[in-house]
Amino acid sequence: MTGTVLDLNRNTETLKAAIAGRSLWDDARTRLVRNKAAMVSMIVLGLLVLVAIVGPMFWPYQLTDLSTLRNSPPSLAPFHPLGTDLQGRDLALRLMVGLRMSLLVGFVATLVSLVIGVTWGATAGYLGGWADQIMMRIVDVIYALPFIFFVILLVVAFGRNIILIFLAIGAVEWLTMARIVRGQTLALKGREFIEAARAAGVSRFNIVRRHILPNVMGPVAVFVTLTIPTVILLESFLSFIGLGVNEPLTSLGSLIAIGKDNMEQAPHQLFAPALTMMVTLLCLNFIGDGLRDALDPKDR
Amino acid sequence: MNGLKRALSRIPWTYVGKRLMIAVPTLLVIVTLAFFMMRLAPGSPFSAEGRQSPQALAALEAQYGLDKPMWQQYTSYLGGVLQGDFGPSLKTKDKTVAEMIGDGLPISMTLGFSAMLIALIVGGAIGIFAGLKQNTAADYGAMGFAMVGISIPNYVTGPILALIFGVWLAWLPPGGLDFYTGHMTVATMTLPVLTLSLPYIAIISRLMRASMIETLRSNHIRTARGKGLSEREVIFRHALPQALLPLISFVGPATAGVVTGSLVIERIFTLPGVGSYFVQGALDRDFTLVMGVVILFATLIILLNLIADILYAVLDPKVRYE
Repeated sequence: MTGTVLDLNRNTETLKAAIAGRSLWDDARTRLVRNKAAMVSMIVLGLLVLVAIVGPMFWPYQLTDLSTLRNSPPSLAPFHPLGTDLQGRDLALRLMVGLRMSLLVGFVATLVSLVIGVTWGATAGYLGGWADQIMMRIVDVIYALPFIFFVILLVVAFGRNIILIFLAIGAVEWLTMARIVRGQTLALKGREFIEAARAAGVSRFNIVRRHILPNVMGPVAVFVTLTIPTVILLESFLSFIGLGVNEPLTSLGSLIAIGKDNMEQAPHQLFAPALTMMVTLLCLNFIGDGLRDALDPKDR
Repeated sequence: MNGLKRALSRIPWTYVGKRLMIAVPTLLVIVTLAFFMMRLAPGSPFSAEGRQSPQALAALEAQYGLDKPMWQQYTSYLGGVLQGDFGPSLKTKDKTVAEMIGDGLPISMTLGFSAMLIALIVGGAIGIFAGLKQNTAADYGAMGFAMVGISIPNYVTGPILALIFGVWLAWLPPGGLDFYTGHMTVATMTLPVLTLSLPYIAIISRLMRASMIETLRSNHIRTARGKGLSEREVIFRHALPQALLPLISFVGPATAGVVTGSLVIERIFTLPGVGSYFVQGALDRDFTLVMGVVILFATLIILLNLIADILYAVLDPKVRYE
């Protein structure tokens, strides 16, 4: 109350400035822009995404093209900037397509986990009581599953199918998301503004959608950016042990696996996909870290 | 003696009981899921053994009871497991699953525990150091290294290390067991353990740094400094014990990660551990072997998480599990 009284005594200019206020997201954006590592990472990642999407369209070869040059070193004439692999396929093109696949899996599977996790966690947290108990016990049980084994079993049981890989990875990654959202929801539920909304007659669904979800978005955003690299790692892990996407499609993990088998003759076939993967993951991790520091600056 | 009594009194027995009660249905769900996924998968463990007549195949399946209805197979498998019988391996003739796990487990365990130990010591030391020197060049350097460590998966570091130290420099064997003894030796273990521990060194150092910074800001450290204790005493007697706590709760899940990592490490360095059995078993449809490994690892993960929770409760009197 004293704040208002003081404000009234000031001139209208400062009053307007005080009213304009800065939201959490405005503050976060300012802090994120100041974070050099995160900004550089965003630019590099943007370039990588661009190359992965646009690159293959303008490349002089197709994925199915086989050159008579096999296992050739990098050269510009004939045009194979990263050389060719054992079958005579252009490695640069395979690298771009592989990166595109890894990024696609990363984003889509994270989206799957985001949708399931947020819905599950917010519902459990808001309903509370026995519904919450049952829903979270289910999460606990699935959490205890050695999930990598289940992903492998899923792929073995239903064949190597890209949709399945999306679903399988998304389905194991939602658990942590659900826990985070539930915890946040529980904490928010008792707050005055929720009580006010309830008193005003807002429906349960709308309370969750309009008042709770926007407030849990901070931690969720951070977790999402850190989930994407985890998912990319998981997919490339599957590809590495030979359970990933089918040829001629490829992913960074498959390329690393092939490069590894051939590394004594042509180390660049391992180093090229390995370096691409490292840079991609580094960028995503730096962005995630930057976002966390921006939204929750207490650790700085 | 008094300390031990106090520690024991802090174990939240009801909580432990509850957790163990959840562990039983969890294991049952795991076994059931894994069983039906494995059995519903197309392909048979015997189909790869050359051109067999359908009659021979049927006879083989009958010999292992695979011709019975699915639920009957399930109940008889479950019954066997409850009596500690994991059945014969369907692919490796003359060996039971228990024998195979007995062969592979020492290798996987040695790898896993050595890697975890190294990760805790090295990662902990780096994290404490970076936390004490917060926002200096040394801190940024250590955290940059940690970020790289997190971003390179072990199936990348593994082959590269094997190539550099195993093939090019030929300092260490690039893979396999010791040629003469057929066991793991320090030389054959070095590269796999290093590869397995690197990402955990990175994660633990980040965790430790954050925890150290938070602890150094807390009131009891201000009090300790205010009393005029030496900086050394403040750090080692007052800050470290508290800062180490979050590490304990990390060890449980991390061990699960090390287990997963061993799948890859054993494949890269061609070590006959349990992880390599799992992948090969899944591809061969050797479902008794796969089930055995799944049950083993699930139990291990559940137990380690529980132990971590108990330790946490014993060491941190503020923690109360309800």
